Amino acid sequence: MTDEPLLRVSALSKFYGSRVGCENVTFDLWPGEVLAVVGESGSGKTTLLNCVSTRLLPSSGTASYRMRDGQWRELYRMSEAERRFLMRTDWGFVHQNPADGLRMTVSAGANVGERLMAVGDRHYGRIRATAVDWLSRVEIDEDRIDDEPRAFSGGMRQRLQIARNLVTGPRLVFMDEPTGGLDVSVQARLLDLLRGLVTDLGLAAIVVTHDLAVARLLSQRMMVMKDGRVVESGLTDRVLDDPRAPYTQLLVSSILQV
Amino acid sequence: MYVAVKGGEAAIANAHRLLADRRRGDRSVPALRLDQIVEQLALGVDRVMSEGSLYDRELAALAIAQARGDMIEAIFLVRAYRTTLPRFGYTNPVDTGAMQIERRISATYKDLPGGQVLGPTFDYTHRLLDPELAAGAEVETPAQRPAEPEAMPRVSAILAHEGLIEADGEMPLDHVPGDITREPLQFPMARDIRLQALSRGDEGFLLALGYSTQRGYARNHPFVGEVRIGEVELELDVPELPFAVPLGSIRVTECQMVNQFKGSAKAPPQFTRGYGLVFGQSERKAMAMALCDRALRAGELGEDVVAAAQDEEFVISHSDNVQATGFVEHLKLPHYVDFQAELGLVRRMRAEYEARENEDKAEEKREAAE
Amino acid sequence: MNAQSNDIATYNFAYLDEQTKRMIRRAILKGIAIPGYQVPFASREMPMPYGWGTGGVQVTASIIGPDDVLKVIDQGADDTTNAVSIRAFFKKVAKVAVTTETAKASIIQTRHRIPEHPLNAGQVLVFQVPIPEPLRFLEPRETETRKMHALEEYGLMHVKLYEDIAKHGRIATTYAYPVKVEGRYVTDPSPTPKFDNPKMHRSPALQLFGAGREKRIYAVPPFTDVVSLDFEDHPFEVQTFDQPCALCGAENVYLDEVILDDHGGHMFVCSDTDHCEKRRADGHHGHLAPETHLASEETEPAE
Repeated sequence: MTDEPLLRVSALSKFYGSRVGCENVTFDLWPGEVLAVVGESGSGKTTLLNCVSTRLLPSSGTASYRMRDGQWRELYRMSEAERRFLMRTDWGFVHQNPADGLRMTVSAGANVGERLMAVGDRHYGRIRATAVDWLSRVEIDEDRIDDEPRAFSGGMRQRLQIARNLVTGPRLVFMDEPTGGLDVSVQARLLDLLRGLVTDLGLAAIVVTHDLAVARLLSQRMMVMKDGRVVESGLTDRVLDDPRAPYTQLLVSSILQV
Repeated sequence: MYVAVKGGEAAIANAHRLLADRRRGDRSVPALRLDQIVEQLALGVDRVMSEGSLYDRELAALAIAQARGDMIEAIFLVRAYRTTLPRFGYTNPVDTGAMQIERRISATYKDLPGGQVLGPTFDYTHRLLDPELAAGAEVETPAQRPAEPEAMPRVSAILAHEGLIEADGEMPLDHVPGDITREPLQFPMARDIRLQALSRGDEGFLLALGYSTQRGYARNHPFVGEVRIGEVELELDVPELPFAVPLGSIRVTECQMVNQFKGSAKAPPQFTRGYGLVFGQSERKAMAMALCDRALRAGELGEDVVAAAQDEEFVISHSDNVQATGFVEHLKLPHYVDFQAELGLVRRMRAEYEARENEDKAEEKREAAE
Repeated sequence: MNAQSNDIATYNFAYLDEQTKRMIRRAILKGIAIPGYQVPFASREMPMPYGWGTGGVQVTASIIGPDDVLKVIDQGADDTTNAVSIRAFFKKVAKVAVTTETAKASIIQTRHRIPEHPLNAGQVLVFQVPIPEPLRFLEPRETETRKMHALEEYGLMHVKLYEDIAKHGRIATTYAYPVKVEGRYVTDPSPTPKFDNPKMHRSPALQLFGAGREKRIYAVPPFTDVVSLDFEDHPFEVQTFDQPCALCGAENVYLDEVILDDHGGHMFVCSDTDHCEKRRADGHHGHLAPETHLASEETEPAE
C-alpha cells in the first residue's frame, strides 16, 4: 500500500487577477508523512494549502488523492458533495484561529461528535463515549465535555479543534499555523501533543508555518516558498542544516540567530 | 363549571364596528375626503405608493384614511390590493435624464448645466411650528421659472466624461430584469432585484442602515452626486405597434450617490455609485436607498463584508415592513398549543431539579448528623 | 362615499388572480414530486398580515373550488379568532361551504395542530408555516442551508439534539420537531406539538405546507414516510398527559390547560374542539363536563 503516494499535486497555480498566489507547485505526499510548507507571510503557502484542501479552486494544475478504496480521484473534478464528504471524513483542517474551526456556541462534546453524527452515527451514548475518549487524548478533562469552547483557553481550544478533526480517523490533515497566536509554553505542549498523535495515528499532514522550529519538530520533509514559488524542498533536517537556496540560507540564519 | 368559549365571530364583528367608529372619530368634525389627503398629505401618499409599490394616489389616500394614518397598515392595504392585479406588461425603462424637474441639487458641483434647483424642500425652513398654518392662513402663489429650462444632464454623465466614475454597468445581453412581485427572492441576487427590494423597503429601516454606514459600519465615503425630483414619462411597447405607447407620467425621486473608492483586486480606483429611485417625493428614502445599494455592492467591488448594511441576506430579508410587521405582530396570535408543550417540559424538568435538590439536602443533613 | 368608490377595487374568486394560482399550483406540484423539499414561490401579499397564515391561505386559495368544504383550525380549535377570520375570508371571497367537522371537510387549513380524527384519502391538510427552514436557527444563511439540504448535510441537526440531551437529559424540542421525509429531506412540520408528528407518517391525506413570508411551499404526499429525528438510545417520544380530557374523557389526545381561577385551579381539555364536541355528543363525558346537551353538527352550506 505505501509504495504509492496519498496525494499528488502537479503544476498548481493560483492567480488573483494579475497577482500571483502560488505558481507551478508540484509535490507528492506519502501516507504517514508530514510535509511542512514554510515562508514569510505573502509567500503563497496559505494559498497553496487552501488550493490543495479544495477550499480554493486553483487557476491551473491538478491534484489527485488516493481514496480509501485505492482509487485515484482528481480533486478539482469531484462534485462539491464528494469534496465536502471527503473533508469531513478522510481529511481534517486545523485553522490557526480555533474559532474558525469550532462551533463556539455548542459544547465541546458536540464539537467532537459532530463529524460522527454527520456520517450517520445515531447513538448518543456511543458518540459521547467517543467524545470523552478524544478529549482525554488531547488532554482536556472529561468534566469539561458540556462546556462551550468560549470558556476555554486558547491552547485548549486548539486541542479541541484537533480532536474534532481526528475523531473520524482521517488519513490527511491540513494545518494552517496550528501553534500561531499561542504562548511559547503552550506552543511547546501543543507541538508535543501533535507529534504524538501524528505518529500514533500514522497521519499524513501538510503543515503551513512561518516557524522553522515547528517544521523541524513535526515534519520529515519541507518546502520553502517565496513569492508564490517553491525555492527549495527536501528532507527537513537537510534543508535546515544545509540550506542551498540563498533565500533559505537567509531564512535559516536570521531565525536561528534570534 | 367550565363552558367552552364560543362566538369568536361575533367578537370580531364587534371589534370591527368599534374600529370603524374610532376611525370616524367625533361626528361633529367633518370627515376627511380622499382629495384632501391627496393634496395636503401628499408626502404621506407618496410613501404609501412607494412602499406599497402601486402608483395610485387615490388608492393610497383611501388606504391612509382606512388605516387611520398608520402608514405601515396603509402600505399593507395597498400591497394586498396590488398583488391581485393581473400584470399586462412591463414599461420601458424610464429616462430620468429627460425628467421634467421640479427639484435638482448636487453636492459635488457648485454649478452645473441646468443649475441647482431647490424646488419644494423642507431644507432651510426653520423648524418652527407655524400657528398661521393652524389658523388656515391663505398661501401665496409660488414663483415660476421659465417654461423652457435648459437641459439637465445627470451628474453621473458629467463625471463619466473623465472616466473617473464607473459606468452604468452592462447587463448580459440575454438578461431579463427580474420582478420581485412575480418571482421568489433567492440569494444571492442580481442588483436589479436588490434595487427593487430596496425601493419598496421600509424607509426607517433603510435610513438607519444608511446612517450606520456613515457612522463607520462599512463607511463608503458618499457624496450626493445628485438628487432630482420630477415627472418622468412611462412608455409601453405593444407588439402590434411600431412605436412605444405613452402611458402618462409619474413623479419620482432619484438619488445618485457618488462614492470615493481606492480600488481593489476587482476594480480600479474610481468613483463608484449607489443608486436610489422611489415613487413620489422622498429624498430621505432615495438617499438611504443609495447608501444601502452601495454598501451591498461590497462583494462585487471586492470589499470585505464587515457590517450589517453590506450583508445582502440581512438587509433584503428584513427591509420589507409588511413582512416585518406581520411576523412581529403574529406573536399576539394564540400559541396555547406550543406553550402547553413547553409548559409540560419545564414542569417535568423543574420536578426533576427539585427532586435532586431535596436529595442533596437530605444527604447534607445526614452528613451533618453523623 | 361616492358611487365611484364601489368599483375602485374588485377581487377574483378566492382572492388571487388566476395567473398567481397557476404559479402556486406549479409550486405545489413540484413540492409533491419532491417530498419535503422547500419550493421557493413568489408569495403574494395577502389581505391578512404575514405570519398570520398567508402561506396557508395562498395554498388554500389556489386549490379551492366551489364544491370544496373548508375547515379552518388554529390551535386545534375552530373558534379561535384567527381561524374564524380565515374561514370568514374564504366564505366571502370563494363562497364555499365551511364546516367544523374534520370528517366532512375536503380541505382543512390548520395552524399548530393536526386533527385527532384520522384523515382520509382525498382530504387535504394545509399547514400555515412561519419558519419553513428546520436548520434556520442553527444556520441563519439561506445560501448555506440550501446547500446543506442539497448535499444532505444534516449532522448539525443532530448536534442540536445532542446538545439537548447533554444539557437537559432529553431532547427538549416540544414543537416544530424536525422530521425526515421519505428518507431524504429534513423538514419542519410547522409548530405543531411533536405529539402530532406520528400522524404525518403515511397519512392517507395530502399534506401541504405554505410559508408566505418566507416564500416556500412544501408537501408530504399521501402514504409518505415521515420520521422524527432521534438517537437510537434516546428515541423520539410524544407528550403524554396524566389525565384525560375533563370534558369528554378522551385519552391519548392533546390537551390544553385551562386556568379556572387565580389560585392555581386548572383543568385539561381537548385542544381539538371538534373532536371533543363529537365525543360528548356521542355520550362520553369527563369529570368536569357540563350537563347541557351540545349541538354537534356545524356545517354551513355554500352560498
